[in-house]
Amino acid sequence: MDKPFAITLDPGSSLANLTGSWRTLRPEYVDRLPPCNAACPAGENIQGWLFHAESGNYEKAWRSLVENNPMPAIMGRVCYHPCEGACNREQVDSAVGINSVERFLGDEANKHGWQFAPAAPPTGRRVLVVGSGPAGLSAAYHLTRMGHQAVIYEAGPLAGGMLRFGIPKYRLPREVLDAEIKRLTDFGVEIQLQTKVTNVLEAMKDGFDAVFLGVGAHIAKRAYIPAGDACKVLDAVAVLRDMEGESAPLLGRKVVVYGGGNTALDVARTAKRLGAEEAIIVYRRTREKMPAHHFEVEEALQEGISIKWLTTIKEAGMSEDGGDIMVEKMALDDKGFPQPTGEFERIEANSVVLALGQDADLSLLDNVPGLVVNKGMIEIDAGMMTGHPGVFAGGDMAGNERTVTVAVGHGKLAARAIDSWLRGETWVPPPRHELATFERMNPWYYSDAPKTMRPVLDIIRRQSTFDEVLGGLDETNALFEARRCMSCGNCFECDNCYGVCPDNAVIKLGPGKRFKFNLDYCKGCGICATECPCGAIKMVPEGN
Amino acid sequence: MSFQPVKFYQTGTFTVGNRLLPPEERSVQSSDKRFNSINSGHRACQGCGEALGARYAIDAAMEATNGQVIAANATGCLEVFSTPYPETSWQIPWIHSLFGNTAAVATGIAAALKVKGQTQTRVVAQGGDGGTTDIGFGCLSGMFERNDDVLYICYDNGGYMNTGVQRSSATPSAARTSTTPAVGSAPGNVFGQGKFLPAIALAHDIPYVATATVADLRDLEAKVRRAMEIRGARYIHILVPCPLGWGTAAHDTIRMARLAKETGTFPVFEAEYGEIKSVLAIRHPLPVEDYLKPQKRYAHLFGKQPKVDVIAHLQAQADRNIKRYGLLEQGTR
Ligand SMILES: Cc1cc2nc3c(=O)[nH]c(=O)nc-3n(C[C@H](O)[C@H](O)[C@H](O)COP(=O)(O)OP(=O)(O)OC[C@H]3O[C@@H](n4cnc5c(N)ncnc54)[C@H](O)[C@@H]3O)c2cc1C
Ligand SMILES: Cc1ncc(C[n+]2csc(CCOP(=O)(O)OP(=O)(O)O)c2C)c(N)n1
Ligand code: SF4
Ligand code: SF4
Ligand SMILES: [Mg+2]
Repeated sequence: MDKPFAITLDPGSSLANLTGSWRTLRPEYVDRLPPCNAACPAGENIQGWLFHAESGNYEKAWRSLVENNPMPAIMGRVCYHPCEGACNREQVDSAVGINSVERFLGDEANKHGWQFAPAAPPTGRRVLVVGSGPAGLSAAYHLTRMGHQAVIYEAGPLAGGMLRFGIPKYRLPREVLDAEIKRLTDFGVEIQLQTKVTNVLEAMKDGFDAVFLGVGAHIAKRAYIPAGDACKVLDAVAVLRDMEGESAPLLGRKVVVYGGGNTALDVARTAKRLGAEEAIIVYRRTREKMPAHHFEVEEALQEGISIKWLTTIKEAGMSEDGGDIMVEKMALDDKGFPQPTGEFERIEANSVVLALGQDADLSLLDNVPGLVVNKGMIEIDAGMMTGHPGVFAGGDMAGNERTVTVAVGHGKLAARAIDSWLRGETWVPPPRHELATFERMNPWYYSDAPKTMRPVLDIIRRQSTFDEVLGGLDETNALFEARRCMSCGNCFECDNCYGVCPDNAVIKLGPGKRFKFNLDYCKGCGICATECPCGAIKMVPEGN
Repeated sequence: MSFQPVKFYQTGTFTVGNRLLPPEERSVQSSDKRFNSINSGHRACQGCGEALGARYAIDAAMEATNGQVIAANATGCLEVFSTPYPETSWQIPWIHSLFGNTAAVATGIAAALKVKGQTQTRVVAQGGDGGTTDIGFGCLSGMFERNDDVLYICYDNGGYMNTGVQRSSATPSAARTSTTPAVGSAPGNVFGQGKFLPAIALAHDIPYVATATVADLRDLEAKVRRAMEIRGARYIHILVPCPLGWGTAAHDTIRMARLAKETGTFPVFEAEYGEIKSVLAIRHPLPVEDYLKPQKRYAHLFGKQPKVDVIAHLQAQADRNIKRYGLLEQGTR
C-alpha cells in the first residue's frame, strides 16, 4: 500500500476499543413505584395515566385510569386524594392536582360517551354482589372485565349507596353519578334494585359461585340525649337519605348538628342550603382532633356554619319555652380526653341532628358458619375473604378507613381474589416495586410551575343552592396540571441519559420504546443515573 | 438573547429532550441522528466532562453547518484520549497540531478555504485550558486581533490534566494540583490576579464571546448555533469538570458544573462585540461550600479546622462574579 511518509497503519475507528470492559458498576433501567400510586387506596396507576394526559391523549389516559377505577368523574369530586398528600412535587413547589385532572378525564369521558374496552370472554361463572355502593360497583366491574357474570342485589330504590344517599349534591351532582353507573350497567353489570338480602347463603342459591358483600354501614350510632317535643332529634344518615326523596326534611330555622366528622359537616351545609338561619356544629373535642378534613371545615366556615368546639349536648327541648338545647363546655385532660367542666349554656335549636358515626347491619350473615365479627366489623384476610369460603367482603363494613376510594380498592382486590378462588387458586398480591422517593430523583430538571387552583362557586350560591361547589379544570389548565407530573421513578423519555453519556453508550429506541445501554462502551461512570430526573436508573455492581 | 426558553412542557427547558416538543424545538443531543462527532471507544476517564462537552459543542456546530466543519485540536486530553495513532474517535475532518499553536493552525485552514472559495466549510479550533490560556495564548490573541473566521472552543477543566494535573493559569485559587500541593502555610493554588480568558476575549471586541457548562446543554447548543451564524473570530469557553483532577465522583460531573454555575463560581454569559448580551441566571443560589466540598482538590479547606478565611475568600470571588455579571438579576430565563 502507498502510504504517506512515516505512516504505516490505516486509520482505524475507536469503536474497536470496547471500553465497557472498564466498568465496575452497570446502569439498569428500573420502574419505581411513584408515591402517588403507592398512596392511592384504589391502586390507580396515576403516573401512568398522567403520562398519556400530558400528551393530550385524554381518551388513552382515561382508558389507563379505568383499568383500576371505573368511576373517575366521581372520584375526581369526592376522593380525599391521599395521592396528592404523598406527591413528590410538593417538595418542589406544590403537589400535582391529580384529583382535578382525574375529574377532568371523567367528565371528558361522559361528554364524549367513551365506553369501557370489551370484557374478557365469558367464563360462565356467576358472582353475587350485595350492595351497589362504591365497593359493590367496583367489585362487579372488575369481575365483569374478567368475564364473570356479576349481579348486584341492592336493597334501595336506586344504585350508588352513600354516593347517592349520603354525599350531598353540591359535592357530587347526580348526573355525574348516574352517568358512571349507567356506563357500568351498559358494560354488563346487572343491578337488581329493591332486592334486600336477608340471608346470604340463601341468596347464593340463585346460582352463584361466590359472593361479595358491600353493604356499607348505615345504622346511625346514638347518644342518649333527654329530649322534649319542641326540639326534634334526628340522625344524619336519615336526613341525608331524605334529601334524595320527594320532600326535603324539615329541620327548622335553627339546626344543631352533633359530631365532628365529614357527615356532620355535610348535614350542616345541607341545612344551611335548605334555608336554616343558623347551622351550628357541636363537637366534643378540638378542631385538631376533628376527623373531618381541613378543607371541608374551611368550606363550611366560609358558608357561615359555626362550630362549637369542646362542647357536649346535655338535653334538647326540655326547657320551658322548648326551642333550645343545653350544652356543657368540656376541657381536655392530660391524656387529651375531653372532660366535663360543669359550665352550661343554652342554645336556640329547632332540631338536633346526630352525626356520630354508623355501624354495619350484619344481620344478613346471621347463620353463616366461620364468620368472625370484631367490634362490629367483619374480619377478612389479605384477599378480602371472610372466614366462610367463597364469601368476600369490603367497603365500610370491613374496614376502619371508610372512604369511597378505599371501598373501590376493596372491590378491585376482592374481584381479583374471587377470580383466583373460582379457579381453585389463592390470590397473592403482586410484589411491589421499590418506592420512588424524592431523594432518588434529580429535581433540578423540573422547572417551577405551581398548582392550578380549581374555581370555587361564589358564596351566595353556596348558601342557597345545591349547585356544585368546586368547579373543574378546562382543557388548557388540565393539560398544564398533568404536565406538572414529574413521572417519579418511571422513564418519561426526556432523553437525559441519552444526552449526558460521555461515551454515547445509550441507545435511543424511539418514541414509546425508551432506551437501552450499549454495554460494549458504557464505562459505568453513572452520570446517567445521577442526572435522570425521575430516578429510573439504578447502578448495580458488575459481577465478575 | 439567543436561548429562548421553551414554554412549560412537563419539565420545562432543563432536560436534554422532551417527547412533547415539536422536533424543530428539540436539542441536537436528543436526536437519534446526532452526529456523535466524537464516537464511542475513546479513552477518556469514566465521567469525563471534556469528552461530553466536546461532543455537545461539535455536534451542535455540525448541525448548524450541515456537517461542514473542520477542527484543529491542541495537544491535551481531548486529543490524546480520542486519537492514539492510528485510531480515532473523530467522525469529522480533524487535525492535531501542537500544544500551543491550534489557533494559528485554524487560521491557516480558514485562509486556505477562503482561497479555494469554500467558505461554506467552517473552522473550529479546540483545546484545553492549558493549551488556551497558557502556551497557546499568543496565537489565540493574534487570531482574535485579526478577526480570523474561526470559532475557538476552550474546554476548561482547570489544569493540565493530561500530563498529571499540573496547575494552569485557569486553575482556581486554593485548588490542589500536583504542582500546587496541599502542604505549607498557604496550601493549594495561589490567590493571584486570576486569568479569566473570556474577559480577555471580550476585551478584543470580537464578534462573539460566550461561556457555558456541560450542565446547561440547551444553553450551550444555542451558543454554538449563534456562533456559527457569525463570521470572524469567536470564542466559547466551556467549563468541563474532570473527575480525576478535581477528585470528584465520576457520576457527579454534571452536578459539579451545575454547582459551579449556581454558586456564582463560574459565570455563564454571552457577549457580542465586547458587550454582554445575556447571562444565564442562577436558579437556586447556593454557598460556595456546596461546590467546594465534594472536590478532593479542596479537601484541605475542610479538615478538622475548616479554613474559613480561604472559603470566605472564594465566596468573595463568587460574589464578585454575581455582582459583575448580574447573575441574580438578568438572564435568559
Ligand atoms: C355524608 C357522608 C359523606 C361522605 N363523604 C365522603 C367523601 O366525600 N369522600 C369519601 O371518600 N367518602 C365519603 N363518605 C364515606 C363513603 O360514602 C363510604 O365510605 C362509601 O360509600 C362506602 O362504600 P360501600 O360500598 O362500602 O357502602 P355504601 O356506599 O354504604 O353502600 C352500601 C349499599 O349496600 C346496600 N345494602 C345494605 N344492606 C343491604 C342488603 N342487606 N341487601 C342489599 N343491599 C344492601 C345499601 O342500600 C347501599 O346501597 C361519606 C359518607 C357519608 C355518610
Ligand atoms: C510544547 C509542549 N509542552 C508540553 C507538552 C505536554 N503536554 C501535553 S498535554 C499537556 C497539558 C494539557 O493541558 P490542557 O491544555 O489544560 O488540556 P487537558 O489535558 O487538561 O484537557 C501538556 C503539558 C506538549 N505536548 N507540548
Ligand atoms: S409528581 Fe407525578 S408521579 Fe410523582 S408523586 Fe406527583 S403525581 Fe405521582
Ligand atoms: S483526566 Fe479529566 S479531562 Fe482527561 S480524560 Fe480524564 S476526566 Fe477527562
Ligand atoms: Mg485542562
